[in-house]
This record gives sequence, C-alpha cells and structure tokens, in this order.
Amino acid sequence: MIKCENIIKIYQTGDTEVEVLKNVSFEIKKGEFVAIIGPSGSGKSTLMHILGALDRPTSGSYFLNGKNMLELSDDELAEIRSQRIGFVFQSFNLLSRTTVLRNVMLPLIYDKKVAKEQRQQKAQKVLLASGLEKDRWQHLSNQLSGGQMQRVAIARALVNDPDLILADEPTGNLDSKTGDIVLNTFQKLNREQGHTIILITHERYVAEHADRVIEIKDGVIFADRQTENLLKNK
Amino acid sequence: MLFSDLIFETFSSLSANKSRSFLTILGIVIGIGSVIAMVAIGQGSAKNITSNIQSLGTNLLVVTPGSQKTVGTMVKGGFGSATTLTLEDSDAIKEKVNYIQEVAPTVSSRKQVTNTKGDNNNISVYGITASYQAVKSILVDLGSFITDQHVTRVSKVAVIGPTTRDDLFGEGVDPTGQKIRISNLEFTIIGVTKSKGGTGLSNSDDIVYIPISTAQQYILGSKSVSNINVQVTQENLMTQTQQEITDLLLIRHNISDPTGADFTIVNQADIMSAMSSVTGTLTLLLASIAGISLLVGGIGIMNMMLTTVTERTREIGLRKSLGAKNKDINYQFLAESVALTFIGGIIGIFIGWLAAWLISKFGGATTVVSVSSIFYAFGVSAAIGIIFGYYPARRAAKLNPIEALRFE
Repeated sequence: MIKCENIIKIYQTGDTEVEVLKNVSFEIKKGEFVAIIGPSGSGKSTLMHILGALDRPTSGSYFLNGKNMLELSDDELAEIRSQRIGFVFQSFNLLSRTTVLRNVMLPLIYDKKVAKEQRQQKAQKVLLASGLEKDRWQHLSNQLSGGQMQRVAIARALVNDPDLILADEPTGNLDSKTGDIVLNTFQKLNREQGHTIILITHERYVAEHADRVIEIKDGVIFADRQTENLLKNK
Repeated sequence: MLFSDLIFETFSSLSANKSRSFLTILGIVIGIGSVIAMVAIGQGSAKNITSNIQSLGTNLLVVTPGSQKTVGTMVKGGFGSATTLTLEDSDAIKEKVNYIQEVAPTVSSRKQVTNTKGDNNNISVYGITASYQAVKSILVDLGSFITDQHVTRVSKVAVIGPTTRDDLFGEGVDPTGQKIRISNLEFTIIGVTKSKGGTGLSNSDDIVYIPISTAQQYILGSKSVSNINVQVTQENLMTQTQQEITDLLLIRHNISDPTGADFTIVNQADIMSAMSSVTGTLTLLLASIAGISLLVGGIGIMNMMLTTVTERTREIGLRKSLGAKNKDINYQFLAESVALTFIGGIIGIFIGWLAAWLISKFGGATTVVSVSSIFYAFGVSAAIGIIFGYYPARRAAKLNPIEALRFE
C-alpha cells in the first residue's frame, strides 16, 4: 500500500544544506502495524510528514495506494489527507472550548463525500471504538484527562475511515499507564479492524507494541525487523 | 466546507474570545454609526434648504429692479428703492414671452398693521394679484384668497398669514370679516393662508396680502412694482425664458448694453443648485470625518485578525493536517472579519439612526436617514471586513502545516 523509493529530503537553511533523509526505501502492506523508531534528529519526523502528505521529498517517489504523491498539487494533497490519512499527535491538538463530538466531526467538514447528516453517526461509531465513555461525548475537550484526550484524537483520526493512521509520539505526553491503554487501543484497531498504523516514536518500549519496527538513524534505515509481538499474536 | 459549517466555525471562534470580539465590533459600530448620523445631518440640512427654496414656488424666475452688477446680493426692492419695473412690464412679459404659466407682480413693504383693539405689529405687506397664489403655491386655510376682481376694483381686502392671525387675533380664531388697519386704512380680512413653515426673511406666515392695485394707489402712490415673479411651464425652459424676458425688458427700457440693465433676473434653479452644492460639500465633509473613524475601526479588525492568526497557528496546522485546503482556511478567517463588520454594521446603523433621531429631537437640526445611506453603510462595512480581513486570512492560509503544528 505504501511504497517509498529512494526518498531524499534536503532542508536548506541559508547557505547550508542539511540532508535529513538519505535514500530511504521501504514498503508497507495494508493491515500492517509498523513503528518507526529513531532518536531525535534522525529524520523520523520528516519521514512522517512525507508519509502524511504534509511535505514533499526533495527527490525519490512515494506511492500511496498506487498514486504518486509527488505529482499532486497542494489541494490534492489536502484531499488525500482528508480522505486517506488520520493523524494522532503527541499534544493531542484538540480544539479547546469545543465538545468531544464536534472535535471528532472536524475532519468531516473538509470531506465533501460525507453528507452532513452522516457526520454524527460516524463520529459516534468511532468514539465507541476508541473506548471513551459515552457520558464524556458532550464534554468540552479541555475538561478531559490526557488519556481521554488522546482517545478523542484517535477517534478523530478514524472518523473519515482512513487507509493509514499516522501516530506521532502518541504516548509522549501521557504517563506510562494511560500510554499503555492508548497503545493497546492501536493494537486493537490493527488486529480487530485491520487498520494500517504507523507509529513514530523514540522509545523502544513503545515501538515493541508494533508488529514491525523500522529503525532510522541519521537519515538512513539501519534495521527493519519483525517484533516478537507478531509471532506471539499470529 | 459547507457554508453552514463556515458560519458555525466563525461564530464559535468569535464567541471563544467575547471581549476582544466585542471591542473590535465596537470600533465598527462607532465608525458606521457616525457615518450614518453625519450623513443624516448633511442630508437633513440639504432637505431643509431645498424645501425652503421650493416653498418660494416652483420653476420660478424673479425679476427685480436694480442693476445686474449687484447679482448675488439680491437687491430687496421695497417702496422707495429702485422703481424701474412697472405693471406694464409684467403684462408685456405675460403677453410676449413663450412658455409662461403665470406672472405675478408684487409690491411689498413693512408696515404698521393694527387690529381693532389697537394692538400693532410691524408686518410685511404684499400687494399682489390673484396669480400670486398659484405661483407661490399658497394654500388657503380659512376664507378665500385675493381675486382678480379685488384687483380691478381696488378693494380694501386683506388675506393674512397664520402667524399674523395668531398675533393679532389669537391662535385658532377665524378672523374673516374682521377689520385691520394698514397705514390708517381699514381693510376687511377675507382669508387666512395655511402655514408654509418658512423661516427668516422668507417667512411667508407672518404676512398680509392685499390687492396690488390697492397697495399702489393707497399705500405706495407709485406705479412701480417690487418684483415680478414669473412661473415657467417647464423646468428645462427656464434659461431660455430668462433670456427672452431679458431681451424684452431691455427693449422696453431702451437699454442697448445688456450689462447696463436696470433689472435683475434670479433663476430659482440657480439658487437651488448653488445651495445643493453647498450642502453636498457639507455632507461630504461630515461623511469623510466619520469615514476616518470607520477606517480606524477597520484597522482594529485587521489588528485583531492578525493576533488571532498568530494565536491559532496550531489550530490552522491541525485543520490543514485534517484536510483543510488553503481556501478553506482563507474563507474561515475572512468570514470571521466579515462577520465582525457585519454585526458592527447592523448595530452601527441602528445606533446612527438613533443618534440622528436624537439630534433632530433635541439638537434642533433636521436629519434624514435615507435608505441609500443605510445600504451604502452596509456595503462599506462588508467591504471593510473583506479588505482588512484579506491579508490576515491569506497569511493564515499560507502557513506551512508542519511549522504551524510545531508552533508553541
């Protein structure tokens, strides 16, 4: 489903060029749960931005569902984000002073294909899947705990039924207990509903929750392996 | 993004920061309100002046004795001043000049007028013909107006204005049939005119009308007239008629050099256009002063929107990552600034209207809030929202989503 070939990303700051990604190639199949792990400055965030259609590589090619993302305009990339990709961020990024339900419905207002009448129903469906208690749905987002907020964010990422969920350090702002709950939610989404999930992290413990780990360092992949998880669950 | 979503997003983000939205709206309210009120004052004074001039009669040319060199000073011909115009001139104009509706020669003077009880007042006494009523559009409240018979018989009858009636006989009294004395001659009152509401020198309510023949014979002792009011059939023929009268009178008075004419013709349209250009300038001046406050209000909007864009950088990044296109972000912020000016505009129109009403009620100035000024103010406030919201909205739309998401 995802095919990256020879991706190079160079940032130019003044006269100095920084090569953040140096010839990265890999494939991810539909239904995989992959963690991309690397220390800060390794290029994993840049890779996530490229995978999430927020940025374009300097050279190389990125195919999502057979579509070459390099040939698309800004608006077409926005459409891809709207219909094919769901983001989960480290700092949740929920709209404050806005209800949970409204936060979850937010991606749908940018998706022409979803009729207004369907929004509520879709949002309720994913909120159930995210495991957030029903009595919280009408709460304002700033009245929730960190773990609850991240589950709202996961629901928001799922609401447009994306091909790919990108989670950028989803447990970074959570204590280890709620972090585990969130990671288990991802595992459940992957195993029970077949969602393709890419988890970006710098923590080995978090990465081990995935079925496959791609390790990245100084802009190159130096390891790509299956975890024990996969063996254990299959 | 649906229009209804746009409305919802706009109002939820505006109500998220109520005090700031309120202050920004206040700027627009003051701007629009003062424009409405100022234009209302300007248009009110224009209307006042126009109706004052129109109360003198429509399509009117006034021939007055006196040199044309004094144009603009409007020589007030009374008894004893220039006496170059006569009733024969008036008749000649009526007979020989085309497109004339009515010709009304008058003589006038201020005289002591006393009632039977001996109360006495210094009042304008006008010697007129029956046609004067039509020319000056005078309406009769009680009794009747002076007729041609009165003029030919040199009758000692008088028609008085409502103010004169109030002064001499008391308010609401029907004085017809009663006597008044003008220069020790007794006149019978046959009618009272309706109020025309004129002010100052053109006050046509404090006045006594008597037949022109009577005035000339008993009071003036002269055949000259103070002026000749000429009503022209159509407005667009006024200049042409003015020229014809000039030519006719020059011949009759044996004057070959037009600059040496012993009479002056004042065209009512000239006065009107001069006055309306004055009031037009006044309105423009007032409106532009108010416009400055509107401009300041607009800058306030821009200031607030720029702050908002900076504050909500992360939100913009989030929306973009969720699939918002540049134009979605652009519309969202533009809609916020337009909503601010829209609300401010509506309240401003109301406040301006209220201010105009209060000014006319307590300030003594006539104000007119025209529909066009409301639509204009509305259009301007919407335009301000778009103009001053455009730059901040564009800045928001152009934000790089990655950097926006990283923004702290």
